[in-house]
Amino acid sequence: MISFLFKGLLRDRSRSLFPFVTVFAGVVLTVFLHAWLNGMVSSMIQSTAHYSTGHVCVTTRAYAKEADQIPNDLALLGVDSLIAELKHDYPDLLWTPRIRFGGLLDIPDEKGETRDQAPVSGLAVDLLTADSPEQKILNVRKAIVKGRVPQKSGEMLVGEELADKLRIQPGDTATLISSTMYGSMSITNFVVVGMVRFGIVAMDKGMVIADVSDIQQALDIQKGAGEILGFFADDVYHEERADAVAADFNLRSKTPTESAAKDGDQFLPVMGTLRTTSGLDEYLNLVGVFSNVIIGVFVFAMSIVLWNAGLTGSLRRYGEIGVRLAVGEDKRHIYLSLLAESLMIGFIGSVLGTAVGLAIAYYGQVQGFDIGSVLKDSSMMLPNVVRAQITPFTFVIGFVPGMLATFFGTAISGIGIYKRQTSELFKELET
Amino acid sequence: MIRLLSLLVTLLAFSFALQPPSGDDILKKVDQNMFSENKIVVSRMIIHGRRDTRTVESKSWQRGTSESYTEFLAPAREKGTKMLKLKDMLWDYSPSTDRTIMISGSLLRQSVMGSDLSYEDMMEDPHLPNIYSAKVMSEDTLFGRDCWILDLMAKKEDIAYHHRRVWVDKDRYVLLRENLYAESGKLLKTMDVREVMRVQGRWLAKSVLYKDVLKDGEGTEFLVDSIVLDADIPDYLFSKAALKR
Repeated sequence: MISFLFKGLLRDRSRSLFPFVTVFAGVVLTVFLHAWLNGMVSSMIQSTAHYSTGHVCVTTRAYAKEADQIPNDLALLGVDSLIAELKHDYPDLLWTPRIRFGGLLDIPDEKGETRDQAPVSGLAVDLLTADSPEQKILNVRKAIVKGRVPQKSGEMLVGEELADKLRIQPGDTATLISSTMYGSMSITNFVVVGMVRFGIVAMDKGMVIADVSDIQQALDIQKGAGEILGFFADDVYHEERADAVAADFNLRSKTPTESAAKDGDQFLPVMGTLRTTSGLDEYLNLVGVFSNVIIGVFVFAMSIVLWNAGLTGSLRRYGEIGVRLAVGEDKRHIYLSLLAESLMIGFIGSVLGTAVGLAIAYYGQVQGFDIGSVLKDSSMMLPNVVRAQITPFTFVIGFVPGMLATFFGTAISGIGIYKRQTSELFKELET
Repeated sequence: MIRLLSLLVTLLAFSFALQPPSGDDILKKVDQNMFSENKIVVSRMIIHGRRDTRTVESKSWQRGTSESYTEFLAPAREKGTKMLKLKDMLWDYSPSTDRTIMISGSLLRQSVMGSDLSYEDMMEDPHLPNIYSAKVMSEDTLFGRDCWILDLMAKKEDIAYHHRRVWVDKDRYVLLRENLYAESGKLLKTMDVREVMRVQGRWLAKSVLYKDVLKDGEGTEFLVDSIVLDADIPDYLFSKAALKR
């Protein structure tokens, strides 16, 4: 029966071509969009984790409340012992201190007067300790476009665009003007040893990177850090594990000093996850909803199109169905055979659509799409080159709308078969 | 007739004497009391931050309204940091970097040594009658002293505090309290004089609590340890070269 129907579809292309093309095009779009959204979200999560929040992040309670303002006056103190505890309690994560800071980078002329000056956002990371995970997390060596990685205290990396703007070269002296954790003005000299390009507009335009011990000294945060970030060893954000680690840490951190917390101790450590500390929570939820909406809209729109195609087909096949009814074929049988035909078209369209969609997505995954020009004034932690990402789900996502759309379209248009009256058939055939 | 006329004149004079002086007159008297051409001040700022309390000591040489030179004496981290104000320019010298940085733009709004005072506050013209017009609003008793409450409205546009409410000691013509407002009417800072002292015939604030109400913490106590008015100050101090000495 199936091979009979299949032959019919192949031989009468007017019956199958339009629904096939519709399904094929829709599935290609669905597969590609799904991979694209996956890639965007993954890039954003990875960039945010690497350059901003880690997979989990420990700060003081007061700092967490005002994190957007980078309140280093509320920094964690005694971070060495806290990191040792974290390493002991959660050995599956890599722990590292970070200080984010803002300020001005002032470039002196030969007389020591200001030659150029620009606002900067700074990142202090552990660059000098031998077993620090930061070189790998930030991929510093790969990001350097000129000069070298800091090898000793007092050295600094500068974003490539910022370096161009300030007309500085490796070896030049730059003065960081910032604010200590007590609010005093801090003026510190650094030697610029390299220029970096992370491929993130927000960083390349105004970022400086220095060793955390230098910034502790400059900002008078002795043995302190704004944040301690935790990264999963495989560099993948495991949401459930992150939630569990954060919940456990927050419970432990409360227990011994619960009374102090009740007294309003704002300086107890608290852990947040990437989702909660990055502000991406709503965004990620929105992307999830958006993804479902795309599929829903696709199924609905394709169903309408295919319903319309089915109606057109029914009109064209009006005589054929009449004859089949006249020779005694059951209405239900005809209806089911049309549904079977639609499933075949849907299946073939979905298979081929998925194959082509995956091919385009694979190209996007390997080559990426440069959206740097769109992001030129952006402050989002999004790389200039966004890549699609194919996951196991990408392989099957096209089948849901592809099969459902043809099935629903035929199911709706095929209802007309039940409205045909046998007594009228010969009269209809005569006309 | 002559006696009647002289009685009328006396009554009229007496009634004028009973009239409170105008806000601008009071402000001028405050200025005459508090302002001296030159002064050398050794002071401490006790800064009550959100986490702890720090004390910053400094010595300032001030000449007129537009020139001042300040050297920070303590704590150790700030020792040797110097500030120079010449007219509307301000420089900060950091001995650890041997750099002299001009403080301008948004840096002016930054706090001085983490206190509740900003560089912008230091750049202000200390002659209040030059920049504000005053109006007597009411009378009050503050710290046991009879005061006038004056509302000061800025005469110029580019003023850090568009509006001030000040409490003036009626006898000593010294400000005992100040509330500083933005143009929107938002309270930005408060100042309470906790102790006054008599120096060379003038009443001056000895202990003042400044509070930036937009900032957490308990404010900054400014204590004058010693003050010399109308002192001889060498010219070389008011030059950028002096910063590196």
